[in-house]
Amino acid sequence: MGLLKTFKLGGVHPAENKLSAQAPIEALPIPKKAFVPLGQNLGAPSKPLVKRGDEVKVGQLIATAGGFIGSNIHSPVSGKVFKIDVVLDSSGFRRPAVTINVEGDEWMENIDRSDEIIKEITATPEEIINKVKDAGLVGMGGATFPTQVKLTPPPGMTAEYLIINGVECEPYLTSDHRVMLERGEEMLIGAQILMKALKVTKGYVGIENNKPDAIEHLSKLANDYQGIEIVPLKVKYPQGGEKQLIKAVVNREVPSGKLPIEVGCVVQNVGTALAVYEAVQKNKPLIERVVTVTGKAVSKPSNFLVRIGTPIGELIEAAGGLPDDTGKVIGGGPMMGKSLLSTDAPVVKGTSGILLMKKAEAHRKPEQACIRCSKCTHVCPMGLEPYLLSRVSKLGKYDMAEQERIMDCIECGSCQYTCPAAIPLLDYLRLGKNKTGQLIRSRNKK
Amino acid sequence: MFTVSGSPHVHGEYSTPKIMYGVVIAMVPAILVSIWFFGIDAVRVLVLAVAASIFFEWVIQKYLMKETSTIADGSALVTGILLAFNVPSNLPSWMVIIGALVAIGMAKMSFGGLGKNVFNPALVARVFLLISFPVQMTSWPKPRAITEGLADVITGPTPLGIVKEGLSAGKTMSELTPEIPTYLQDMTGQMGGSMGEVSAIALILGGIYMLWKKIITWHIPVAVLGTTALFTGILWGFNPESYADPAFHLLTGGLMLGAIFMATDMVTSPMTHGGQLLFGVGVGILTVLIRVWGAYPEGVSFAILLMNAVVPLINRGFKPKRFGTNPGIEIKA
Repeated sequence: MGLLKTFKLGGVHPAENKLSAQAPIEALPIPKKAFVPLGQNLGAPSKPLVKRGDEVKVGQLIATAGGFIGSNIHSPVSGKVFKIDVVLDSSGFRRPAVTINVEGDEWMENIDRSDEIIKEITATPEEIINKVKDAGLVGMGGATFPTQVKLTPPPGMTAEYLIINGVECEPYLTSDHRVMLERGEEMLIGAQILMKALKVTKGYVGIENNKPDAIEHLSKLANDYQGIEIVPLKVKYPQGGEKQLIKAVVNREVPSGKLPIEVGCVVQNVGTALAVYEAVQKNKPLIERVVTVTGKAVSKPSNFLVRIGTPIGELIEAAGGLPDDTGKVIGGGPMMGKSLLSTDAPVVKGTSGILLMKKAEAHRKPEQACIRCSKCTHVCPMGLEPYLLSRVSKLGKYDMAEQERIMDCIECGSCQYTCPAAIPLLDYLRLGKNKTGQLIRSRNKK
Repeated sequence: MFTVSGSPHVHGEYSTPKIMYGVVIAMVPAILVSIWFFGIDAVRVLVLAVAASIFFEWVIQKYLMKETSTIADGSALVTGILLAFNVPSNLPSWMVIIGALVAIGMAKMSFGGLGKNVFNPALVARVFLLISFPVQMTSWPKPRAITEGLADVITGPTPLGIVKEGLSAGKTMSELTPEIPTYLQDMTGQMGGSMGEVSAIALILGGIYMLWKKIITWHIPVAVLGTTALFTGILWGFNPESYADPAFHLLTGGLMLGAIFMATDMVTSPMTHGGQLLFGVGVGILTVLIRVWGAYPEGVSFAILLMNAVVPLINRGFKPKRFGTNPGIEIKA
């Protein structure tokens, strides 16, 4: 398999540690209290429709999209709205959220909860996009970009290919892997629905070669789905990055500052494709998702199907409890995930995994002097010079940072991962991106 | 309480000490060859150069810069060994110590320490010593295997010196050939020269190790050696009687040591592969210019130092290939 496709520029190969790859998806009991944050997508936070004391059912709309780049939120549980107030989110910020006291498990009547797989796609492209929008779908790989926006290309642009992202290049995470194995059929129907909405005839599912069972399983299934091709990819981080995946699969490069649609591509995550199937064929909004709970000290690394709003602590309990030695809790994978302040934060639409790291793994190595080894430059998948960008960011030379294309940085962390001197390059780059972005926005306003 | 920090939350295998000790391992073959041919004197120079380099770094950091000592990172050790490699094995001990002071104090710490120096420290020391003590720095002991027993050290010129002298005295290359060592002798280390530069084979072994461990890439060594071979090859093809052949140039003097261990110094070489190729070509051209037309028989040290000076410029001009510049499809404006 020496000729497997991959992206060309840069990349690293962190230890895969897919501890939960063999753990089947397990439905987690419904929590007693659900905390549903109103800002779960990239873009504007949603506006609440319910008030304290309201009775809600599973799947009932409780907040509407706060703007064009926004998404609806549905109640993941049935019960009574306890309060609409700020809660501490995963990063420790106070964010508005709807807290619901759970009573029973009563679903909206229009949701099809049967196990029957509906293959026939009757909805028109417009109906599909509306259903996806109504169901509150966002990119479930972690970016949480509202799905319907991606399905509506700007005027003058058309999509040529749909690419389903089954790369899961983050170490430890296995939720997409399990979805492909256990919900493969539904996921592929979801892909066909997306193709219909985008009016494209060709769809790819990119999967890294460390998941041979998923490649084999989906390749068999794909025979029945016209126009869908399974593409095995060489294992390399950050192949799950949208731009890197497009490069790997169809050998096109999204130009600096442009969207994938400009090279005729739309990328959707495996979990999103499944959610599209459920929204369109089963009328089920996005109220639950598969979350990996893993870590070297976790006694039972697992993949759980959980309702949005479930406190992360309950997932950890179900995976064998919080190990004494836990030094860091990460929402997402070890390369791009966010470290969490407490386990009280709830699962949101973008939570792909919970990773518990031991105390010994939790701390960074002390920063040393840059030895100009140029490894950061050679692993950067965007062709940037992190050593230079970090330095100009530190010095506040944001005009130079912009010239050196700091805004192209996808924050994959390959530079910092590789740096022999353990310099927190990405910290400096984020700072630089933030400030440079402010400068660009204020300049554009004039 | 949990630790909270920005991503990434894992770190790869590389560390500064790992890279530095990797370079040390790569230098072991050349160290062994120098001990084999130059005996106890080689050990003396090595130990002195290393000990003095580490000592000066420690003293300067502690008493002048008042910062935490970084002698454990291995960079002073590498500089010490490279300094020893760059001097004749019979160099008086006090000169070795001065060399270490120049390398660490002048070339490295005065710029701010590891990673901030513009010039390769060991080469600055070599050139400093060469200019200050030209006699001692150019009386090269003849290598003799350790098995031949201890005898009085006989000194002689380097092959490059023989050729330079001979050609300027009006001799032809065919007349000079019997006076210079064979290629096999050049490769195994049986020629006059600085301690570490005599055996091409030992140096190449070290280079292969560093390539394997991804401490260096092929770009600089190949560019230096390729340019030197090409340039001298053209001259030799033009007139084989007044110019030495490319193999001679590749195997003698400090070229192998320079191309593999000195020009590849991360701190003082360019950051992109394109820049590294240009840097290597520059080193090759300057080396040949100095060797053939300059006043000194050897020019590798000067060539590398001169190219070190233009590295910041090269870094400005040579940017990595940016993602997105080759869309593979026509983009509507």
